[in-house]
Amino acid sequence: MKYVDEFRDRDKAAILVREIGALAACIGRQIHIMEVCGGHTHSIFRYGVEGMLPSRIELVHGPGCPVCVLPIGRVDACLGIAEQPGVIFTTFGDAMRVPGSRKSLMQAKAEGADIRMVYSPLDALAIARANPEREVVFFGLGFETTMPSTALTILQADREDIANFSVFCNHITIVPTIRAILESPDLELDGFLGPGHVSMVIGTAPYEFIARFHRKPMVIAGFEPLDILQSIWMVLKQIKDGRAEIENQYARVVPEAGNAAALRAVAQVYELREFFEWRGLGSIEHSGVQLRAEYARFDAERKFAIPNISIADPAACQCGEVLKGLIKPWQCRLFGSACTPETPLGALMVSSEGACAAYHQYGGKVQRAETA
Amino acid sequence: MNILSEGRRLGRVQVPTVTLAHGGGGKAMKDLIDDVFVGAFGGGAGVPLEDQARLALSAFAAHGDRLAFTTDSFVIDPLFFPGGDIGKLAVCGTINDLAVGGAVPLYLSCAVIVEEGVAVDLLRRVASSMAEAARAAGVSIVTGDTKVVHKGACDKLFVTTTGVGAIPAGRELGVHRAQPGDVVLVNGLLGDHGAAILAARGDLALETPIESDCAALNGLIAALLESAPGIRSLRDATRGGIATVLNEIAQASRVSIEIDEAATPIREEVKAFCEILGLDPLYLANEGKIVAIVPRSEAEAALAAMRAHPLGAAARIIGEVLPGGASDTGRVSMRTVFGGRRIVDMLVGEQLPRIC
Repeated sequence: MKYVDEFRDRDKAAILVREIGALAACIGRQIHIMEVCGGHTHSIFRYGVEGMLPSRIELVHGPGCPVCVLPIGRVDACLGIAEQPGVIFTTFGDAMRVPGSRKSLMQAKAEGADIRMVYSPLDALAIARANPEREVVFFGLGFETTMPSTALTILQADREDIANFSVFCNHITIVPTIRAILESPDLELDGFLGPGHVSMVIGTAPYEFIARFHRKPMVIAGFEPLDILQSIWMVLKQIKDGRAEIENQYARVVPEAGNAAALRAVAQVYELREFFEWRGLGSIEHSGVQLRAEYARFDAERKFAIPNISIADPAACQCGEVLKGLIKPWQCRLFGSACTPETPLGALMVSSEGACAAYHQYGGKVQRAETA
Repeated sequence: MNILSEGRRLGRVQVPTVTLAHGGGGKAMKDLIDDVFVGAFGGGAGVPLEDQARLALSAFAAHGDRLAFTTDSFVIDPLFFPGGDIGKLAVCGTINDLAVGGAVPLYLSCAVIVEEGVAVDLLRRVASSMAEAARAAGVSIVTGDTKVVHKGACDKLFVTTTGVGAIPAGRELGVHRAQPGDVVLVNGLLGDHGAAILAARGDLALETPIESDCAALNGLIAALLESAPGIRSLRDATRGGIATVLNEIAQASRVSIEIDEAATPIREEVKAFCEILGLDPLYLANEGKIVAIVPRSEAEAALAAMRAHPLGAAARIIGEVLPGGASDTGRVSMRTVFGGRRIVDMLVGEQLPRIC
């Protein structure tokens, strides 16, 4: 595939791995680098990137999987909407399996709720147009990557005056969560791979505080395995040079200023919530958005009067520690026993982008065998 | 009901759609069976229909010393897709399930559940497709059943085929027989069926030229077993794709299997399709692909036999069987094109497209 295979070149990878080894040796200590984004986690496992790195470098798989960090209470609220008579509940595919306190959307669908998988919020709007007598709800989920498409769909619904369409808004924003992680007293991170697709929308400026106040390097990275290796090399280079800057490895996609049209739509439709709860991390200030009052008629939370229930993660879950890089997935006491991809208890086991699910699917057994 | 019958006047359906009357057991049902199925599958004049097919044991004994017996239901949506339809799929799928056991497939049954309101012409198309696929593969459809259900009780048409065949004496294929040193072969490009069906459902708004690989593999398998009689195991890589089949073999044989991503044949269009949707082609269904575990000494002969057959022209050796770990048996891994290595595990459920 053109423009894809070039970024999976084995020979170039070998050169980068050598250079990374030389830099790591030069730095001379354990280095912890967090990839914030679940898309990176997925690529790292899919191409076996972690196993190619010197043992001095540890990748910490961050909180950037919107499906994983969705709290149990919000899943229950989805079910509360989806199970009402007359509702067509639409969702991205990978949210189907996320367990709530009683069941998942997939189980609710099997029991008769009209839950449909869509690939875009515009598909949900089309369903609303075709079924004017039904209430069609779109499960808005994701970071700044998917936030603009939901916003544009709401604006479209507003223009067309489609009254039977609404959004259950669970969009979240990554920057406050990176800040929360950086302010955590037990932090052990030396640098970050920054999220590529989020940055395509928000640009590079929102990360400046990471370099300026926390003195940590961040490299905004693409999703192909060579992108990831090159970004790791760039982080190491900064550490070796004693620099802490926000660099952009993914310049072919990420403009420094972001996407102005997308940002306008986001600002027009949403406002920050005071707090939003994250599975595994708890409540984080200003980390979620909700619809502005002008668009209240498209807000499923207002339309369906959903109580904001907070349900604690299972007590034994160590997702928070894994997210902060304090332990590896297989060091969690539930990994692979009580918590598996079939019966996930914790956030990180629920989606293929979650670190624990990725370890379990792509390499958990190997990793554990080597540790044992 | 046995449809290998002759010398009887065949009924004909005069209405355009199937109604509950066609499942009622009376003349309407007889007309439907005659018109749609008996007409397509053969027979028709002479002997009255019986409640069962009567098959001579000698027909089996001529091919082997054991009976192979399998059944499969087909509920595919859409019923017609690029490269096939539910009828062809139902015939080829059951033939392949027999053939991968080393059996010579001989007879099939065909049971259909029809939702009222389905066009009779649709059933005729499906039946004629089944007849064509069976004829091409050299098997006969000898008995069947028809049920009609209320609107909404099934999705247009469900088909169940059961097949019997004979296994030649001395032929012992088994999922548990893979040994370290064996090689892993496939007979061609992987993932076409799964990608074609996802695209044909139309809700992705993706247009692709990908066609299902739906095909009966008994001819290819017969040639393969002739050239490489030491083959340990054959599996058709249907639901769950090649990844699932390899895991089943690795677990049953208590070995590790390592495949090479660069050697794994996947069409560029299927790769691109998977890239866009966040799917992994190793888990996509195939309907005309087998995985063969072959002793290294017969690998070249097996590869040549596959490539000499039209359904195996793109055959490749994709990996090898390694000893299972002491504590951790049954692992499948892949050397990635990038130079890394990853585990290829069983899927938990079906693959879901990723959010971003």
